Amino acid sequence: MNGEELTEQETALYDRQIRVWGVDAQRRLSKSHVFVSGLKGTTVEFCKNIVLAGVGSLTLNDDNPVTENALAANFLIPFDDNIGGGGSLADLCCDSLKDFNPMVHVSVEKGDLSSFDVNFFEKFDVVVISCCSLAAKKSVNEKCRKLSKRVAFYTVDCRDSCGEIFVDLQNYAYAKKKADETVECQLLFPSFEEAIAIPWRSLPKRVSKLYFAMRVVERFEEVERRKPGETSIEDLPNVLKLRNELCLAHSLNESQIPDSLLERLVASTKEFPPVSAVLGGILGQEVIKAISGKGDPLKNFFFFDSVDGKGLIEDISTS
Amino acid sequence: MASTQQQQQLSAIKGAKVLMVGAGGIGCELLKTLALSGFQDIHIIDMDTIEVSNLNRQFLFRQSHVGQSKAKVARDAVLRFRPQISITPYHANVKDSSFNVDFFKQFNVVLNGLDNLDARRHVNRLCLAADVPLVESGTTGFLGQVTVHIKGKTECYECQPKPAPKTYPVCTITSTPSKFVHCIVWAKDLLFAKLFGDKNQDNDLNVRSNDTATSSDHSEDIFELRKDEDFQQYANRIYDHVFGHNIQTALSNEETWKNRNKPRPIYVKDVLPDEPVQQNGSADQMLVKDSLSSLSAMSYLGLKNPQDIWSLKENSRVFFAALKLFFTKRQKEIGNLTFDKDDHLAVEFVTAAANIRAASFNIPLHSLFEAKGIAGNIVHAVATTNAIIAGLIVIEAIKVLQNEAKNCRMTYCLQHPSRKMLLMPVEPFEPNKSCYVCSETPLLLEVNTHRAKLRDLVEKIVISKLGMSLPLITHGSSLLYEVGDDLEEDMVANYAANLEKVLSELPYAITGGTNISVEDLQQELVCNINIKHREEFDEEKEPDGMVLHGWTPAPASENNKDATDNNGASTSSTSKSAPAVMEDDDELSIMEVGVETVSAVGKKRKLSDVPHPETLVEDKRAKKIPEQPENNGDVVVMLDDGNDAA
Repeated sequence: MNGEELTEQETALYDRQIRVWGVDAQRRLSKSHVFVSGLKGTTVEFCKNIVLAGVGSLTLNDDNPVTENALAANFLIPFDDNIGGGGSLADLCCDSLKDFNPMVHVSVEKGDLSSFDVNFFEKFDVVVISCCSLAAKKSVNEKCRKLSKRVAFYTVDCRDSCGEIFVDLQNYAYAKKKADETVECQLLFPSFEEAIAIPWRSLPKRVSKLYFAMRVVERFEEVERRKPGETSIEDLPNVLKLRNELCLAHSLNESQIPDSLLERLVASTKEFPPVSAVLGGILGQEVIKAISGKGDPLKNFFFFDSVDGKGLIEDISTS
Repeated sequence: MASTQQQQQLSAIKGAKVLMVGAGGIGCELLKTLALSGFQDIHIIDMDTIEVSNLNRQFLFRQSHVGQSKAKVARDAVLRFRPQISITPYHANVKDSSFNVDFFKQFNVVLNGLDNLDARRHVNRLCLAADVPLVESGTTGFLGQVTVHIKGKTECYECQPKPAPKTYPVCTITSTPSKFVHCIVWAKDLLFAKLFGDKNQDNDLNVRSNDTATSSDHSEDIFELRKDEDFQQYANRIYDHVFGHNIQTALSNEETWKNRNKPRPIYVKDVLPDEPVQQNGSADQMLVKDSLSSLSAMSYLGLKNPQDIWSLKENSRVFFAALKLFFTKRQKEIGNLTFDKDDHLAVEFVTAAANIRAASFNIPLHSLFEAKGIAGNIVHAVATTNAIIAGLIVIEAIKVLQNEAKNCRMTYCLQHPSRKMLLMPVEPFEPNKSCYVCSETPLLLEVNTHRAKLRDLVEKIVISKLGMSLPLITHGSSLLYEVGDDLEEDMVANYAANLEKVLSELPYAITGGTNISVEDLQQELVCNINIKHREEFDEEKEPDGMVLHGWTPAPASENNKDATDNNGASTSSTSKSAPAVMEDDDELSIMEVGVETVSAVGKKRKLSDVPHPETLVEDKRAKKIPEQPENNGDVVVMLDDGNDAA
């Protein structure tokens, strides 16, 4: 305990959730700072969840203009003249999120994600990035790791009715309740780069097919220098070719990355709103866990596909 | 190919007319996700108005909306980002007669985001009667579930029994409490009700079951302010009576304490010896800003943190201060008050009284925050789980609309992964052939037909157990009882007279072997009940004085021998297949709080949240899924552990 009590206003507003995670966790939440880059349906869901939960501050980064496409899964931006108007996605989402919970400080950080240096990220306890390139994922993750304090790093992506969350809590110790006693637990997370470098052959059997499929599409976008999500059905033959090459290099049977799954991922890059809600909810929960130090964190990938309805945790690490 | 599928999906969504019941925690998320997903015609029913404690998760609402209709505000909020769709709000109770079978028939699917068992059962019956698929949901804390109910294809919501309302034997509450919740029930349902509620209501405050001799005659007026006493004398007298005298009297019954710790009587003079004439100052001092809603014993006494556990002394001071505030500032309400968790002064009073009683019985004291949770049956709720569950509801709803009942799944949202899964889909179960709701199987009622009145049957069975609201009871072709707006006066009088008659003395006597029919005209549900006469009932175990059989499921004697292991809240063998009933929102009249309400477990479904996640889904039926034709190497639904062929 650090002595400070929640205000009466906070106690009244957060009553129902304090009953879930306790006053201490609520206090830690209210002192935490979260950064989110890339505002599409899934991240917007996430932002709603943590603003409601009562984090200290939320910083939004997305300079893109508001287009009809950007609004497809976004409930934060009122449908009026905003399309094609002046404000960036981050500006408009910020206005809306402020309204959700006056106790949370919501602000906008302009600039390209890749332009932020290591020191920039020191201000935050949690960094969530989405809709960005493979290179950006790796580099932001590395910047977070260079800091002396631990910055929890997450990526989230939703394509069609599938989604992926990646978590890096570095060296994470937490209290775990077992029966009546509390045991100290420690988990070692690999970085994104380390995780995806693990040869596919040495991964546990029955790793979600989505893990492989996402790597293929991610690699395709990098090789072709596409913007994240800029694929179409016309790309399928080349994506399948790349799949075959990668499978050959990794000695993985091609059937582990079915054509039909890749087709869904490249053909429809729109987010399916119910899946965004699921991913934004899971990510919100994970971030709350990491901030409060309560509960087993997800290590280190989460996959959801509405076709089979399973929400799977995969541990892709060498340890 | 993918795009034709998407086209079909989109047209199914656009052409659908959906009914949402509940605009609370799940409802807000659901309405948003439906709108984003392209639904064009959404109707939404909710009788509630917005409260401050909703705002941490019901994100369509703001502080300025407190007091307004949830359904209407939710509609306006969603239309801001999807102005072109149609949302029809109803600020009404789903049990209102206007929401009849014909009303339900206009929808392609019904989506529940409800907070109580009663309404869920009602909607289930209307969906069955109207033959409209139902997607049902619930959350508690990090746990949640979505189930799909399609008439004739999957089980209905009532095919598995639900945990019964938690009740406590009267004498546990009045004489032998062993848990804090017993003290809360005593403080809330007995003491609070006695002092501030309807004087004509039955109240067991002074009843001790083994101790009838001492139920003194003057006990009736002990709670009335006497002409010759001032408030402080009165308050002291009440305190000494309920915390001192009553305990003292109970102690005289040696038998009761043979195997129990004896309680300690507590008197004012022992706890607050230096405060003989308590705060004789006027109650106005207690009111810094004297608006009625902010009346608070705590703020008067300088107690700030609702998380603190007060000492016996502090509890006693809160008790007196709260009592005084009621008698001086809210006098007009006395006689009509019922406990409300949002009535701060009432929560203070109940917390203090429960703690003083707990001190007597050597039960650990609790903070106001905790006491409020127990007294108000407050269910834990967070936004994230509601958002996830709402997403899953929409996914199932779309399958239903595309007539893909075969692909529908019940999905559980877990706190700890089970076989790597945080979201676990399970194939729906077939209808329970002995379900009295969807299979109309007759029930059996054991009752003493010479002692029980028709009123007992109506209240304890028809309303409370069968969940009917507009019942009609017939014996052969003769009407015994009926509720409705359009009845003739003489019939009303007739039915009123019948209510007070013993079953065997009704105009068409109900005796052993009689078969009666109970029907709810709104739900279009008929139950046949066979009557079996029985002389004696165990007061503690069968407090209703009658036992209904057949509304618990037929014994499922398949696999699992360890059906009742501690997978969750339910330990009773009769409710072993209780599925997880979870509440989305604040009110529920049933659960014993403190017990995680969810977790319930099935004999068949073995779903457990907290204790043994690894034991999930052991049902054989879950394993048949991989046998289904695989769909072209695409990701296959697989509930079995591994063996993924693809």
